[in-house]
Amino acid sequence: MTMSETATAQDWSPAFAPAENVRLIARLDVKGENLIKGVHLEGLRKLGDPREFARRYYEQGIDELIYIDVVASLYGRNNLVDVVRHTSENVFIPITVGGGIRSVEDARTLLLSGADKVAVNTAAVARPELINELAAAFGSQCVVLSVEAIRQTDGRWKAHTDNGREKTGRDVIEWVTEAAERGAGEVLVTSVDKEGTQTGFDTALIREVTDAVGIPAIASGGMGSVAHLIEAVRDANADAVAMAHVLHYGKLEIGEIRDAAGAAGVGVRQA
Amino acid sequence: MTVPIPTVTVVDYGRGNLFSIRRAFEEVGAKVVLTDNPQTIAEAPRLVLPGVGAFGDAMAELGRRELLPVLKAYAASGKPLLGICVGMQILFDAGEEFGEHDGLGLLPGRVSPIPDRDEAGRRLKVPHIGWNRLSIGSGAADPLLAGLDHDSQCYFVHSFAARPGDLSNCLAETEYGGHRLTAAVRRDNVWGFQFHPEKSGPTGLSIVSNFSALEAA
Repeated sequence: MTMSETATAQDWSPAFAPAENVRLIARLDVKGENLIKGVHLEGLRKLGDPREFARRYYEQGIDELIYIDVVASLYGRNNLVDVVRHTSENVFIPITVGGGIRSVEDARTLLLSGADKVAVNTAAVARPELINELAAAFGSQCVVLSVEAIRQTDGRWKAHTDNGREKTGRDVIEWVTEAAERGAGEVLVTSVDKEGTQTGFDTALIREVTDAVGIPAIASGGMGSVAHLIEAVRDANADAVAMAHVLHYGKLEIGEIRDAAGAAGVGVRQA
Repeated sequence: MTVPIPTVTVVDYGRGNLFSIRRAFEEVGAKVVLTDNPQTIAEAPRLVLPGVGAFGDAMAELGRRELLPVLKAYAASGKPLLGICVGMQILFDAGEEFGEHDGLGLLPGRVSPIPDRDEAGRRLKVPHIGWNRLSIGSGAADPLLAGLDHDSQCYFVHSFAARPGDLSNCLAETEYGGHRLTAAVRRDNVWGFQFHPEKSGPTGLSIVSNFSALEAA
């Protein structure tokens, strides 16, 4: 059911209607007490207190936040409860939290601390029933499948965990399709190949995901300019875009992203 | 003389994003009480019924706590009641999520799935997640929507939408795939919002602030 590898954006028509307003999401990867940023999810650099970045993005009019505890799977628990609680004290937009969530109880703790959705990756790969359990407990709208995709030599993508270090052997499209059937309400698709490179999203990957599943997809990994955002929407039908580097390093401001996207005909919230 | 701090009571029945709702009301200067105690609810000056998850599950949790008659009596008292998201949906007669379920019946109408095709026949993503414009019809004069711009956008996340039996109960709609979905309803002292005012930035906070200033009719 997937398109040929040579298909271009020009001869492609999306399987689903495009989002009216594409959501602009700030992705904050956190290690310990610090916001960090790397390349291909590795070589991490400390940038400062994530709560201060989150507050600033909210004031600038970001639509949503995603917090990922990048070392949580390593230690078997998510350490973001305090960060989330403090953030949601004065940030009144949706917050997704991922990293190390292995059970309904783990998710509940985060949701009671002010998270609106939880993102699962490693534990869901190990035990896919976790997705069903979370959807049953909190509703699909609370459950985000996070996929770390690495392109293979055959042009397909395999799902990875632990910041792209661990192979799962699973085909990305098959895995997101199964996760949607199990009750995931949204999918965060991170291209490990593109992450931190600022060379644009892997639009071929995002396109296959948005055609395969009837749940919203967030494009992640590679945004270096507004043109990349526009590509993710026009050439891949992304419902939302996650950005990190361009915001964390002050390369772009949210208002300027919004204005440029709007001027190019991409629907965005008028904050 | 000091200005009295308004109290907002939020029904805690295990099915709401209570932390966020509490913070939003505190942010606009209200004191928040979280409770599932029938007497505390009955005596509340203004009441919020939150809700995330599924229609039938929310009703079951309220029923298990014997809160259904308490909420119906509250609505009849004339004091302000606000349902948010699934808390709004269960104000209606019935819902169709995972089978047919009775609602509180405080507003006539049903809650049914969002259409899965747009006007052009293209498939629509469900759940609908995103910031959408409120099309404020009769709601322009409503005290809760007062002060909002005509193109205000709020955060929606839902797979089902209410179809009011009495269209005069509809304060605002939003558009998804060319379909008009119910965004805000009111019948006398009972309000319901499909979107999340507590997650809709400054626009949402102004609605939250308006609710905490409401007095019993």
